[in-house]
Amino acid sequence: MPLITYRQAINDALAEELTRDEKVIVMGEEVAEYDGAYKVTEGLLKKFGPKRIIDTPISEAGFIGLGIGASMLGIRPVMELMFWSFSYVAFDQIVNNAANVRFMSGGLINCPIVIRGPANGGTGVGATHSHTPENILATTPGLKVICPSTAYDVKGLMKSAIRDNDPVYVMENTLLYGEQGEVPEEEYTIPLGKADIKREGSDVSIIAHGRCVQTALLAAELLETEDGIDAEVLDLRSIRPLDEEAILETVRKTNRVVLVEENKPFCGTDAQIAYMIQDKAFDHLDAPIKRVSSIDAPQVYSIPLEKIQIPDAERIRKAVLEICPRSV
Amino acid sequence: MSKKTTSKDKPSAKNAEASLNSGATAPINAKLSKKEKIEIYRKLVRIRRFEERTLRSYQQGKIAGFLHLYIGQEAIAVGTTSLMGPDDHVITAYRDHGHALGVGMSMNECMAELQGKYTGCSKGKGGSMHFFAPDKNYWGGHGIVGGQTPLGAGLAFALKHEGKKGCCMCFMGDGAVNQGAVHESLNIAGLWGLPVIYIIENNQYSMGTSLARSSASTLLAKRAEGYDIAWEQVNGHSLYDVRAKTWEAMERAHNECLPTVIEMATYRHRGHSVSDNEKYRDKAEIEEYKRTSDPVILFQNTLLEEKTLTEELIKTINTEAREEAENAVQFADQSPFPPEEELQRDVYWEEDNPEHKTSQGKIFFND
Repeated sequence: MPLITYRQAINDALAEELTRDEKVIVMGEEVAEYDGAYKVTEGLLKKFGPKRIIDTPISEAGFIGLGIGASMLGIRPVMELMFWSFSYVAFDQIVNNAANVRFMSGGLINCPIVIRGPANGGTGVGATHSHTPENILATTPGLKVICPSTAYDVKGLMKSAIRDNDPVYVMENTLLYGEQGEVPEEEYTIPLGKADIKREGSDVSIIAHGRCVQTALLAAELLETEDGIDAEVLDLRSIRPLDEEAILETVRKTNRVVLVEENKPFCGTDAQIAYMIQDKAFDHLDAPIKRVSSIDAPQVYSIPLEKIQIPDAERIRKAVLEICPRSV
Repeated sequence: MSKKTTSKDKPSAKNAEASLNSGATAPINAKLSKKEKIEIYRKLVRIRRFEERTLRSYQQGKIAGFLHLYIGQEAIAVGTTSLMGPDDHVITAYRDHGHALGVGMSMNECMAELQGKYTGCSKGKGGSMHFFAPDKNYWGGHGIVGGQTPLGAGLAFALKHEGKKGCCMCFMGDGAVNQGAVHESLNIAGLWGLPVIYIIENNQYSMGTSLARSSASTLLAKRAEGYDIAWEQVNGHSLYDVRAKTWEAMERAHNECLPTVIEMATYRHRGHSVSDNEKYRDKAEIEEYKRTSDPVILFQNTLLEEKTLTEELIKTINTEAREEAENAVQFADQSPFPPEEELQRDVYWEEDNPEHKTSQGKIFFND
């Protein structure tokens, strides 16, 4: 299979869906003439023209709300947020309007919109540009939230998201854009809500989403070579819908769990997952559930400190060692 | 998205209290048949009688939450919606009963919605602030001040994108003009040339705060100049004036694909919502508006002078409207509340259409 970047995988997904369905449009700040702030939409303007690849002013509430209104009339907008941090100025639109319009209209109106963009820290852009709001959005019924971690996943999930008739919010990661992965040339989609075991193991389950999956895989290597621990890594891929069965299955298999997310700990996605595990697989747990998340403070700018703030492989390893006996 | 060309004939501001019915001779009004005029009058009366009846129901405890009455502003909803063609759309804020009946929704579905009944337009899930009827090009009914204005731009965008000769009339109150979303929407509408008409129903109070206490400049429509959008002020008490000026904006939208901002001077006779201590305005002011500027009475008098209406017909139309409202209450009373399963229906399209479902996993988290 060809190796392509996470960025190219998104670009390919957008191009394929733009070709497949003329109702699909791409809209956002710098998506057209600038070729995308992170070059995710590079070349799309040239290929599909200004009627479908549309630059917007810096007006997140305005253009995201516009996309929601257009989707109510049958357009299928894929909106780029330069950072998910910027969603906060469009919060009324993305939470109140997109999530509620179907329910409040008794099912008469759909909102088939995709909002996508990076949601991550680790790049020294400071507290205002480093939010990971998957928990804040997934708490709202009516919304779907996905956090793809590989090139293969982001392409298949993005295509499903664009075809979905509900609002789907896609959290990408600027540190993943350049990461390569194997992606088949033939068309495929990945259903939302289906987790994926990225590494089989038997001693402990590390459950993560987004770039933390890659960090968890690094930790699993360390655990194997340094500690003789065989860790399984489950990639959630989707936060809402959530693959509860896959979570419970890995817990039943290894009986030990470490939950990893880049979010801040309080009320994070993993708090919900920890609740679910203790409620549904209590008898399968041989140890308390552990969590690894970002250190609970606004995102720091200074690079050495930010490296400490967000989860790294060593911190995950340490959490595993607290609940898992070493065999070397 | 191509940039628009600047509108050359930008209308100048006129005093909103300018001579009443100056729009009566406008072609769009001159061509109205006697029958059409009577139907427009009937709609004004139906909205008035419907809302008077909802107030009683509220006082009887049948309606929960908020009830923002439109009484006093009816000429705007009726005048504007009376102009709609097949590709013209409406979206508004939470004072939405008038627009709903204006586009042709039934009293039954509206009254049932107010009472939280399953037969309501939104199956009892929306309430007073959230009426919807997309089959009648009516996109709500939105509860957050100004929040509907980007959606209005989006509806207009979709029309333009699909090459339809239509427009979106997006209504808001005078309080909304100070919300950021409104200005973002105006900028995009002006920048891209969207066929949207932003109609500011200026009833002079954003809840209990007067215009003078909330807006640095009280000439609200003029804010459109900052976005190179044509603007107009209209006497919103006059049905003919509302129709005349709205039609000009509709033609601008249909033929030139350009937006317009229209500020319509109006007045609400009732409180912001039903529970309103009215400490912020004098009773004498309310009485004065009721006496001189009631849009239903004004249009009624105009039609009497034109000899379109007779006292007898007025009586009949009013009696019928009262009966219709009363029957709507009976309909709502006799309708069931939504069943418990409805709590999680209409949340996700996919869950309601399992035969087309592609996603997996858990989507509701009750257990």
